[in-house]
Amino acid sequence: MSIPTTAGRPEKAIRALDVSDSLWRQSIRQLRKNKLAVAGFAFIAFMFLICFIGPLFSPYADGKINPANMHQPPSAKHWLGTDLLGRDVLTRLLQAGRISLTVGLASMALSMTIGTVLGIVSGYYRGVVDQIIMRVADLLFTIPGLPILFIMGALMSDWKIPTDYRLYLVMLMLSIIGWPGVARLVRSQMLTLREREYMQAADVLGLSDKRKLFRHLLPNVFPLLIVIATLSIGGAILSESALSFFGLGVMPPTPTWGNMIDAANNVIDFEKRPWLWIPPGLAIFLTVIAINIFGDGLRDVLDPKQNTSR
Amino acid sequence: MSEALLEVRRLKKYFPINAGLLNRTVGYVKAVDDISFTIQPGETFGLVGESGSGKSTVGRTILRLHEKTSGDVLFKGIPFHGLPKTEVRKLRPKMQLIFQDPYSSLNPRIRIGDAIGESLLEHGLAEKDELRDVVLDVLEACGLSSYHYSRFPHEFSGGQRQRLGIARALVLNPDFIIADEPVSALDVSIQAQIINLFQKLQHTRGLTYLFISHDLSVVEHLCNRIGVMYLGSMMEMASRDELFSRPLHPYTKALLSAIPVPVPRLKRERIVLKGDIPSPANPPSGCKFHTRCPLATAQCKELVPEFRLVGDDHYVACHLV
Repeated sequence: MSIPTTAGRPEKAIRALDVSDSLWRQSIRQLRKNKLAVAGFAFIAFMFLICFIGPLFSPYADGKINPANMHQPPSAKHWLGTDLLGRDVLTRLLQAGRISLTVGLASMALSMTIGTVLGIVSGYYRGVVDQIIMRVADLLFTIPGLPILFIMGALMSDWKIPTDYRLYLVMLMLSIIGWPGVARLVRSQMLTLREREYMQAADVLGLSDKRKLFRHLLPNVFPLLIVIATLSIGGAILSESALSFFGLGVMPPTPTWGNMIDAANNVIDFEKRPWLWIPPGLAIFLTVIAINIFGDGLRDVLDPKQNTSR
Repeated sequence: MSEALLEVRRLKKYFPINAGLLNRTVGYVKAVDDISFTIQPGETFGLVGESGSGKSTVGRTILRLHEKTSGDVLFKGIPFHGLPKTEVRKLRPKMQLIFQDPYSSLNPRIRIGDAIGESLLEHGLAEKDELRDVVLDVLEACGLSSYHYSRFPHEFSGGQRQRLGIARALVLNPDFIIADEPVSALDVSIQAQIINLFQKLQHTRGLTYLFISHDLSVVEHLCNRIGVMYLGSMMEMASRDELFSRPLHPYTKALLSAIPVPVPRLKRERIVLKGDIPSPANPPSGCKFHTRCPLATAQCKELVPEFRLVGDDHYVACHLV
């Protein structure tokens, strides 16, 4: 933060050159002091990097089936061994990471968008629209998420949806489950914000709805959005894994962390070939933990409740 | 007398009380109950009363932050409350409000320069390239410096923030400013600075104020005419000198006797009111003040006293005057 030094300053000549750090920059500086959150972020970044770049350097990236080479334990040639069809487990793990992370990101983006728009509409305009949106959200809340996902997954199998499309449908399904939570949070935030005195000031100043929304309300909701977005990536990755593990999400041969564990879902693999299920399990576990730790750190610096004194 | 800048006619604001499963209206909080007064151009009208007397609601209802229940507000002869939303917005720059709490009345995520300048852009009162200079001039007029332009609200002290609130209202070049307890949240030395700023701005810009306060010393210092409110009704209204030298209503007398005096040995008759202000959801019958009035008679419990002229521009609502 810059310290104002008025002494010797030609007041009129230098008019308002003194710019204090933006609130974002202050938050990032605070975040960097949180070692755990930084570590979480570093791990997420590392995961993204190796998943998206790693397979490019793998000699086994084509995923060719090689029955002669099946169930090899880890070796110098295959660092994490090979699976039932003789494919390199490490390569598949990284390719699966691509899918899992993409599904997590995309379904987060979709549910955030839907949730934010609907939350703003119901929180800002209230009335009948609010009632309708919130009742639909309540309805989705009352049904446990996983069973709905199972039903939708089973329907997809029944209708014989091509494997390529299933990936996108899984993202869509996850965001249908995810948006009500976002919408509720955004709505409640809008409700408290619109009663703030500075919003009354905006009314008295005669500001338009557009300006009130985009200049005053959204910037105040945004920090909260970033926190929920981060945390919801972890949730989406978990749900996708669970779905794929039960064979209702993304189908093989497209690898995901969930269906890789599913492929090793028998006693022999469990006892004799741990290289098939430990790596994807660890990948899910560590990624989700890292995302949650990072999200918690973000919440500590961005949560509006802690900034009330500002 | 010249044409009034603001005329408030029989203004009422009732807030419904909803309760029960069906959210039915079971009663009303009569925050403002039949208030009339006029404000002449260039004067400062003070509105005083204890907490819960409805003085802030009067200010906010005048500006349509609350929709009135009934009555009229004429601003320069224009019935402000009858106008459609678009017309109201056009008149907004002319009437501004200064808030009590300088901490919550500034958006924490907007830089000062933008917070003050945005209304000018909104109303097309300044071009983008001259905006900065206009805002800086106003900041300086309010005793702030140009290097404050890009700061955030949390970087300011309470007194500075109140100056920012004044600057934000002033930048639109209003004719009329409602100041809703603008100094109550500040400590005494800062209060004096802000009050002096109010006076300076009135002289340089010809402003008219509606000054809402519970601090009679401040009101005496600043206002030309004063209205005393109790439980949503006006009890007494007179010029400052008249009210302070010849208070007629028992409530006004009680309020005046409570002003601290800097002479400790001075013997004064202190009128201490018993109990709290009654609930505006269920105000007393007759004169609203009779439950706490030391002089109340049987008549006061039954009959609502008329708000009538008793002297030179001196109005009072009391049976005993």
